[in-house]
Amino acid sequence: MKRGKGTLWLGLALLLVLALALAACGGKAETGQQTEGNEVVLTIGYTESQTGKYNVSSSRQVKGLQLWVKQINEAGGIELSDGTVIKFKTVSYDDESSKDRVQELYTRLATEDNADFLISPYSSGLTAAAAVIAEQYGKVMITTGAASDSIYKKGYTQVFQIYTPASRYLTGAVDILQKADPELKKIAFVYEDSKFATSVVTAAKDYAESKGYEVVLFEGYAPDTTDFGPFINKIVGSGAEAILGGGHFQDGSTFARQLHEEGVPVKFVALLVAPPEPDFAELGDAAVGIVGPSQWEPQAQYTPEAAQKLGIEWFGPTSKEFVDAYVAEYGEEPSYHSAGGYAAGLILEKAIRAADSTDPAKVKEALDAMDVLIFFGRIKFETAPEAHGLQIGHEMVYVQWQKDDQGNLKKEVVWPEAGATAELLYPKP
Amino acid sequence: MALDWTTALSFLIDGLMLGFVFGVAAMGLTLIWGVMDVINLAHGPLIALAMFGVYLIMNFLGLSNPYPALLLTTLLALPVGMGIYYLAVHRVIDAPHLSSLLATYSVNMMLMGVMNAVFGGAPRNIDFSLGSITLFGDIVVPTARLVAALAAVLIAAALYFFLYRTRVGRYIRAVTDNRDAAELVGVPSTTILALSFGLGVLLAAFAGGLIATIFPFTIFDGGRYELKSFVIGVLGGLGNPIGSLFGGLILGVIEGLVPMFLETSWTPVIEFGLFVFILLVRPTGLFGGKS
Repeated sequence: MKRGKGTLWLGLALLLVLALALAACGGKAETGQQTEGNEVVLTIGYTESQTGKYNVSSSRQVKGLQLWVKQINEAGGIELSDGTVIKFKTVSYDDESSKDRVQELYTRLATEDNADFLISPYSSGLTAAAAVIAEQYGKVMITTGAASDSIYKKGYTQVFQIYTPASRYLTGAVDILQKADPELKKIAFVYEDSKFATSVVTAAKDYAESKGYEVVLFEGYAPDTTDFGPFINKIVGSGAEAILGGGHFQDGSTFARQLHEEGVPVKFVALLVAPPEPDFAELGDAAVGIVGPSQWEPQAQYTPEAAQKLGIEWFGPTSKEFVDAYVAEYGEEPSYHSAGGYAAGLILEKAIRAADSTDPAKVKEALDAMDVLIFFGRIKFETAPEAHGLQIGHEMVYVQWQKDDQGNLKKEVVWPEAGATAELLYPKP
Repeated sequence: MALDWTTALSFLIDGLMLGFVFGVAAMGLTLIWGVMDVINLAHGPLIALAMFGVYLIMNFLGLSNPYPALLLTTLLALPVGMGIYYLAVHRVIDAPHLSSLLATYSVNMMLMGVMNAVFGGAPRNIDFSLGSITLFGDIVVPTARLVAALAAVLIAAALYFFLYRTRVGRYIRAVTDNRDAAELVGVPSTTILALSFGLGVLLAAFAGGLIATIFPFTIFDGGRYELKSFVIGVLGGLGNPIGSLFGGLILGVIEGLVPMFLETSWTPVIEFGLFVFILLVRPTGLFGGKS
């Protein structure tokens, strides 16, 4: 017995030594850099949800990123002061919208493919899984399509967020409601049980309660819910006058459709993620009046002049240039996911230019110091260790689907009022 | 929240209407189990395939209404089911259960693989609405759900008529009771088995098509309705297809009433709790069926 234990311990010790030795080998970080003359090709690694529930949003995000890669390479890359010309290539895999796959694949990107920089997958849940790997292998990762705050409160140092964090996602909807109807008091929160939606509505609920609203229903639904009947019955039973919540595209659009079919008598509905998507218009009449926060809209007023007013630097194309290039490339309008993908590449480019180097440590420093206005909005990262990488510069805009005089559906910006393209349609028809 | 009668009735009616549709899906599963002791693990993907069938036929023919496409899909399901029987099930029909489980599971994997390659995981939606009607003064019911519930009852009645009032139905029941004896008196048992499998798939497809008219779907959604079918099968009695309709109603009532008192996420806990409990006390299911 005793001897058996001794052998076990010996075996364990051997394994440990072996693991350490392997880690030491891996530690001599190879990079994917390929050098030819003065041209360096950097590898950008990411995963795409080609299958599974994040398919729609993820593929748009990747299209945005790929457009940036194509443009920067066609423009001859980035030239550093020492004459080095940097070009980019990408390595990507299908993560099947699954966390397990993400961890497996980002490990592969970091070790086998030797990616120099990482871009996050789509969604907060998947990005949280990828962030662990990025941090473990010391790779700078720009996150896009990932708004949850908690990812950036784990002490990571290599992860940088492009999106406005979840805690500021729906608070604007409460402001809109207060402006539109000071009499209204009862709000129902019905949201997807996911990392992202839960952190959004928890913050929005606190905010609403601080403004004197009564939260009459606060309940999550499973991410793959297709039948909202029970929730709709609860909403009607609770006497709610406004609904805030949603989660991602599929559940959000189904929820909106069923709210319309059952003629739920509420005055205001604001849902996450789904409404800003161009495909939301396929709901027809069910889309009319639905409000949604958006990270970016083509009409948004971010210009070089606005940068001057803020006293910060402007970088990259204007919204119009981005939209035109995107439409020319893919034959469809970009959504905010597309813009986020492009912005992730653009911010990486800006950081490499500012660092004047491909050294990850210098690029990280440049990201820490960044305060810039791009077509996507202002980008500035928190540098305090307790929330390092959290986005603090960017603001949400709110859209609402309305009908124009010919009866065609149109997406209008209704908030903030300074950038609004139309009056809020209230109450919702 | 106020638990008035209107709210309670809304919950109940919602649950019952869906219960009928889920019941038809389960009928497909239990019919096959009843006749040939095969658990069809391709049940879920076949339901999903039917959803896509309705969607594709509707778009291909440019129809504004999914019901003709639903009928066409249902009719196509019969030869598809018989084909699956001849290709994958017939050879292992007398082998131990594990063989037929693996055979149908292989069909499941193949269908999922092909659908994933062809359609991808993106959600689809049948762009169609019948609006809603108001019952008893103030209960709003989406018309498509009401139509689906009525269609489900109709097909259950048709199955009952077919099994108990036609010669082929009698053959199916004879093969169910004792295949060897049926063969001795001249029943073409292989054809009858294939036909039964086809009928089971037809019922699954009909239910899948109905669900597609109500809810959006992806290729992965079949799995969840397959699970419901198992629970319903046990509630209604394994191998007792007509009992499945009642099993569906029980499930519908649970799904309708649980969210009234608890968070909706408790529904599957209670459903599967009941499932295990019934298996423990009545292994053949609530309404008997075949042991």
